[in-house]
Amino acid sequence: MGNVLIFVEANPDGSLRKATLNAITAGQQLAKATGGEVHAVALAKDAGALANAVKAHGVKVVHAGSGPHFEHYVAEDFAPAVAALATTLKAEWVGAAATSIGRDLLPRVAAKLKAAMASEIMSVTGSGADVAVTRPMWAGAAIATVKLSSPVKCFTVRATEFALAEASGGGEVQPFTPAAPEKPLTKFVGFKEVKSARPALTEARVVVSGGRGTKGDFGPIEGLADELHAAVGASRAVCDAGWQPNDLQVGQTGKVVAPQLYIAAGISGAIQHVAGMKGSKTIVAVNKDPDAPIFQVADYGLVADLFKALPELQAAIKAAK
Amino acid sequence: MPLKILVTAKRVEDSESKIKVDAAGTGIVKEGLKYKINPFDEIGVEEALRLVAKHGGEVVVVSVGTKDVHEQLRHALAMGANKAVWVHHDGPIDQLGIAGCLQKVVEKEKPDLCILGKQAIDDDQGQVGQYLAEWLGWAQATFASKEESLESEAEKAKTPAIQLAADGKSITVIREVDGGLLTVSSPLPAVATTELRLNQPRYASLPGIMKAKSKPIEELTPAGLGVDVGVKLTVTKLAPPPARKAGIKVPDVATLVDKLKNEAKAL
Ligand SMILES: Cc1cc2nc3c(=O)[nH]c(=O)nc-3n(C[C@H](O)[C@H](O)[C@H](O)COP(=O)(O)OP(=O)(O)OC[C@H]3O[C@@H](n4cnc5c(N)ncnc54)[C@H](O)[C@@H]3O)c2cc1C
Ligand SMILES: Nc1ncnc2c1ncn2[C@@H]1O[C@H](COP(=O)(O)O)[C@@H](O)[C@H]1O
Repeated sequence: MGNVLIFVEANPDGSLRKATLNAITAGQQLAKATGGEVHAVALAKDAGALANAVKAHGVKVVHAGSGPHFEHYVAEDFAPAVAALATTLKAEWVGAAATSIGRDLLPRVAAKLKAAMASEIMSVTGSGADVAVTRPMWAGAAIATVKLSSPVKCFTVRATEFALAEASGGGEVQPFTPAAPEKPLTKFVGFKEVKSARPALTEARVVVSGGRGTKGDFGPIEGLADELHAAVGASRAVCDAGWQPNDLQVGQTGKVVAPQLYIAAGISGAIQHVAGMKGSKTIVAVNKDPDAPIFQVADYGLVADLFKALPELQAAIKAAK
Repeated sequence: MPLKILVTAKRVEDSESKIKVDAAGTGIVKEGLKYKINPFDEIGVEEALRLVAKHGGEVVVVSVGTKDVHEQLRHALAMGANKAVWVHHDGPIDQLGIAGCLQKVVEKEKPDLCILGKQAIDDDQGQVGQYLAEWLGWAQATFASKEESLESEAEKAKTPAIQLAADGKSITVIREVDGGLLTVSSPLPAVATTELRLNQPRYASLPGIMKAKSKPIEELTPAGLGVDVGVKLTVTKLAPPPARKAGIKVPDVATLVDKLKNEAKAL
């Protein structure tokens, strides 16, 4: 026993969502700790390609469920298929990446399975009956070790805490026929995508974020981001004001990022923001207030006006190349 | 088409409070902490009040916890909720237990819509709304948000962001998801959960606070509701997050670039 089932997420264009591979790594650790196998489940209108994209990444079987009702992700349509497969496979652990889809879906799957659930797990500890997971509480002010005692257990995975599962070969794709949803509930109406030519915020090597200190003018942030081929992020203050889309919010209730380099400009460093970026390798803060809390987490702090310092930094980086 | 809406009010540490793990690693230091209604729940109360102002109906607020949660229930009543339900429980409880209690309260109250927070800012689990929707067999529309900013005219006019269909049978919700905004239509009854961007909650007015004092708070218990709240999730240890090594202040941009290039090797 101790089998693990990981939900394979698709991007809006149908390709594999990379964070799935981080979730598979967490699944492998759980399987190792409990002596089980890792399975994956891909659901799409035609799930073949999506399943193929993960099969070599350290899973035994990718179960590919196709059907017209999987054209758009809807929790009420996806949860019964995942839960039923988990039961068939005698999965003890069922998980997904802690993306907006994972966070929406897994608790509904857990409810079907009467499973307790740990959100945003950061590590796996112990083995056998002592397996536990760690996860953040209070915006990361505390890291809890959590034990789940229901027969089936669910989880989402904080992608930044687990490596990508490598392509080691070996897995196979098995089609299965998931039950059609009992009654259609929520319907997809439309998707307004935030289009950007930049790398995805959660996958970028460098992130440049702006806060209220920008007063809504992201020119200096964008300029520096261009120079560094970086993603752009924002504090909540910026998103609330409508200066930037919500999709860019970094923090406790936004996205969690851990790039090689994170540059925070005009951001005070509230714990809710820091919760989403303190795993970054190197942190730079530019703020005109020398006492701003952001300097407590920054490796390099520059007390300066961002409207002056960022263009200078952009030019200096260009010159240093 | 009047709407009966059920909202929740979890009692949590104020988001401004500094949370520290205690020396034994079993809990947090309680001294000096302030408690508030979970910010996402306050947004849920606000949205419910706006919907009811537009369509008519009533708002019932529920909290599960010790007697202290009366403070949060009174806060929601002072904002304008019509009545409160207190599920009295003193010991530990997990998301399954809370969703179980809420399910029974929903079955008694028969609302058309439940609005919960997308997550409680103490445990940061983000689960109860989805458990509740599944156990009720209802539609779920999590992470409800809106396109307009919190400084927009629509926000100033206190327009509800959740749209009720003309026939009163479904809601249209703009969901905040990775990569953009998703619009969905959910048949009622349904469960929605709130994002920060959904609205800016009102302040309770002085008359509101006075009126809240005489509004009813019904007391229930998990046992009375027939809910087993034996926990299946236990926190065995709490630890402070790993500390980052202390950084330095750099005097100018040139030094910064030098450090990034040669010390951090980040460029
Ligand atoms: C439930 C809840 C959840 C939250 N979740 C999040 C979250 O996920 N992410 C998040 O970011 N926040 C979140 N917040 C909000 C958070 O508490 C802070 O309010 C927010 O992060 C502040 O944004 P800010 O740093 O941009 O603005 P401020 O705190 O207003 O800071 C602006 C900073 O800019 C500096 N500044 C001003 N002008 C200049 C200039 N010209 N040059 C350089 N510096 C300048 C100022 O010195 C100041 O430090 C949450 C809050 C709550 C209650
Ligand atoms: N004790 C409680 N009483 C009432 N509502 C709660 C309670 N705990 C959680 N909730 C609701 O469930 C939401 C999600 O909580 P959680 O899944 O714990 O993050 C919260 O925003 C609340 O609306």
